[in-house]
Amino acid sequence: MQLTNRAQAVDRRPMNFVEKIYVPAILKGLKITISHAFKRNPTIQYPEQKRPFAPVFRGLHILNRDEEGRERCTACGLCAVACPAEAITMEAAERLPGEEHLYREEKYAARYEINMLRCIFCGFCEEACPKDAIYLTETVMPPNYNRAALIYKKEDLLIPKKN
Amino acid sequence: MLLAISLAFLIEKIILITVILFGSLGVAMYATWGERKVAAAMQDRPGPNRAGPFGLLQPLADGLKLFMKEEIIPNGSTRWIFILGPCLAMLTATMTSAIIPWGPDITLGSHTISLQVADVNIGILYIFGVLSLGVYGVMLGGWASNNKFSLLSSVRAASQAISYELAMGIALIALLMMSGSLSLRTIVEQQHGFWQDGYFSWYVFKQPLGFFIFLVCAFAELNRTPFDLAEAENELNMGYHQEYSSMKLGFYLFAEYINMFISSAVMATLFFGGYNFPFMDQVAQALGAGSVWMALICVIVLMIKVIAFILLFMAVRWTIPRFRYDQLMNLGWKSLIPLALFNMLVTGGVILWLLK
Repeated sequence: MQLTNRAQAVDRRPMNFVEKIYVPAILKGLKITISHAFKRNPTIQYPEQKRPFAPVFRGLHILNRDEEGRERCTACGLCAVACPAEAITMEAAERLPGEEHLYREEKYAARYEINMLRCIFCGFCEEACPKDAIYLTETVMPPNYNRAALIYKKEDLLIPKKN
Repeated sequence: MLLAISLAFLIEKIILITVILFGSLGVAMYATWGERKVAAAMQDRPGPNRAGPFGLLQPLADGLKLFMKEEIIPNGSTRWIFILGPCLAMLTATMTSAIIPWGPDITLGSHTISLQVADVNIGILYIFGVLSLGVYGVMLGGWASNNKFSLLSSVRAASQAISYELAMGIALIALLMMSGSLSLRTIVEQQHGFWQDGYFSWYVFKQPLGFFIFLVCAFAELNRTPFDLAEAENELNMGYHQEYSSMKLGFYLFAEYINMFISSAVMATLFFGGYNFPFMDQVAQALGAGSVWMALICVIVLMIKVIAFILLFMAVRWTIPRFRYDQLMNLGWKSLIPLALFNMLVTGGVILWLLK
C-alpha cells in the first residue's frame, strides 16, 4: 500500500555520456538558483524593522491601577492558584487609615512577585483575576545575566502612576 | 645587445605593475563580498549589509579581523615551509597578471605605452608554468602542517591539478594551432572586433568545445566547487589550511580569489577577445586610435568580461554540490581528456585540409 502517490522509483541505469559530462544537470541547477536571485527576499531587518505581534500575544505582566491611580490588586491569591507554573507569590496586608489614595480596597498586596524564569506566559492569571488587576502586555521579557533580577517585584510590575 | 632600459620605461612599468597588483587585490577583496552577495541572492537572503552601504566595507572588516587574530604555528610543523606555503600561493596568484594585455597601446605624442607588463612570446607556456607552481603553495602548506587531514588534502590537490592540467593543455593546443602564436598579445589582436572575414573573430566561436573543456579545467585548477575536494569540510575538516590562522589563512583565501580573477582574465583574453568589442573600429575612429579614452573603454570591456566570468564561477559554486573523488577522476581522465584529444584532432584536420 502506498501512503502517497509521490513515491518515485530510483533510476539505477548506468549514466550515459551526456549525464557523465554533468553539464545539462548543472545548467538545470543554475536555472533554479539564478531564478532565485530575482525573487524578493523575505528577510525582516530585525532591529530596524519588527514584525507586528498577533493580537493574542502574551508578554510581560503588569499590575493595573484604577482611574484614580490606586492599585487594583487585593491579594486574593486567585492568580497564584491559577498559575500552572507556580510562578506567582504574594503577601497580603491590610490598608491603614489614610492609605485610601494608594489602594482601592481594604486589603492589598504588600509583596507581589512573579518568577519570570518559571512563568510560561499562559495568561491564566489574567483570566483568573476578579479585579482586572493583572494583564499581559505586548512587551517581550528582556533577558538578564542574573537569576535574581528575573524575579520581578511589585515595583517592577506595577504600571507607573499617572500624574 | 645591451638591455635598452630607459628610466621612463622603468617608471612606466613600475606604475603599471603597481596598478595591476593593487587592482587585482582590490578585485579579489570585493570578490569575497560579491561571493557572499551572490550566495545570498541565490538563497533568498540579503547578505552582508551592516558594514557600510550594501555591506561594502565588509571586506575591510574581514581583513582587519584576520589581522587581529592570534598567529599559531603548530609545534610539529616544519616552520619555514609552513610560512612559505601561503607566500607561494600568493606569489603565484599575482604572477600571472604580468602577461595579460589589459588594453591596447596608448600613444602619447611619440611615446607608446603598452598596457601589458611583459609581452612574453611564450605567454601561454608561462601561464601554465605559474599555474602548476600554484599547487606547490597548497601542497607545501598542507604537508608542513603535520596534520593528516592537511596532508591528504594536499595530495588530493596535487593529483587533481595534474589530472586537469592535461586536459587544459590539450584544449589549448587546439587554440594554438589556430592562432599560430603563444603570445597573448598576438592572440588578442587576432580576435579584433567581433566579426571578421565572414565569421565571428572571437575564439570561443571557433573553439566552443575547447573553451568548454578549458572552463571546466579552470574550475578544477582553482579548487572551486564542484572541484573543491582539497577543502572538503565533511571529509577533511578544512583541508590544507586547517592549521593556518590569522593572515596566513587570509593569504590562502585571498590567493584563491586572485586566482579566480586572473583565470577569468585569461579566459576572457584567450576565448572572448580580451579587450576587443563589437564595432570597436568605429569607436576607435571617433575617439582616435591609441587615445587614452579608447584604452579606457577597452579596459572596461575586459573588466566586464572578467566580472561576468567571476559571476559564473560564483553561480556554479552556489548551485551544485562537490564531486566525489572517483567522479572527479573519471570526469578528468575518461571524459575531458578524450574530448580534448578529439577536439585537437578535428581542429588539426580542419586546418590541414580545409584552410590550407
